[in-house]
Amino acid sequence: MSVVIEQPRSPRSRKAANWEKYGWMYMRASGALLVILIFGHLFTNLWAGEGIKAIDFAFVGGKWSNPFWQVWDGLMLWLALIHGTNGMRTIVNDYTSREGVRKTLNIALWGICAVLVVLGTLVILTFDPCPANGPAELLPSFCPAR
Amino acid sequence: MPTKPAGTLYRGKVGMWSWVLHRITGVAIFFFLLVHVLDTSLVRLSPEAYNAVVSTYKTPLVGLGELGLVAAILYHALNGVRVILIDFWRKGVKYQNVMFWVVVVVALIAFAGFAPRHLIHVFHLG
Repeated sequence: MSVVIEQPRSPRSRKAANWEKYGWMYMRASGALLVILIFGHLFTNLWAGEGIKAIDFAFVGGKWSNPFWQVWDGLMLWLALIHGTNGMRTIVNDYTSREGVRKTLNIALWGICAVLVVLGTLVILTFDPCPANGPAELLPSFCPAR
Repeated sequence: MPTKPAGTLYRGKVGMWSWVLHRITGVAIFFFLLVHVLDTSLVRLSPEAYNAVVSTYKTPLVGLGELGLVAAILYHALNGVRVILIDFWRKGVKYQNVMFWVVVVVALIAFAGFAPRHLIHVFHLG
């Protein structure tokens, strides 16, 4: 299918919602929030304390027993995955020339995005920092098994 | 004999290269994000599974990769703020060139602060 370029300066048809505009606005709004969320994430996880050395199950368990970090990470998950997927959609639209390829790649992108958003949300909401099957020495210090 | 393209305000200049870098860093961060959601999801499986996978993040090779990731995030985040300012600030377009160099300098300062501390943790020098 060949690409149709509209006549310059032709009035926009008012029939459909302007999704490209909402996408454009979303990239800026989510981007501004993500700067704060991700810099905070990097600061607490990679800078504070022992950095990468300290990351283990007990570390995550300690963080996610606090609703503050559950909300923080949940927001980051949704905003970042949709921001990244929409960015990839832009790139796919720019570099594919065949309509079928473009559509297939975009469907795959949004499919992966949906699966990871659902998976991540379920993990944050149903996570147990003190699982019964966990070896006591790997659990956070506040678990009764310790 | 064909003449060289005269060039524009955009082509081959800060406007173009900042955009190219924004794309490349964006794609890199996207693929890391896919992996990162999956590895973190292992906390739901068992403490052993999560600790086993996260221990690979502490190896020298992946530890150096994290430096690249942080550099990419710093650039993408700060240049994203520049894009927002170009779009919404009255003088954004006028200062887009200066703002690019501010982005580079601020990213370098933040990276210089992070890199030694991270390397100390990865290579157990502390």
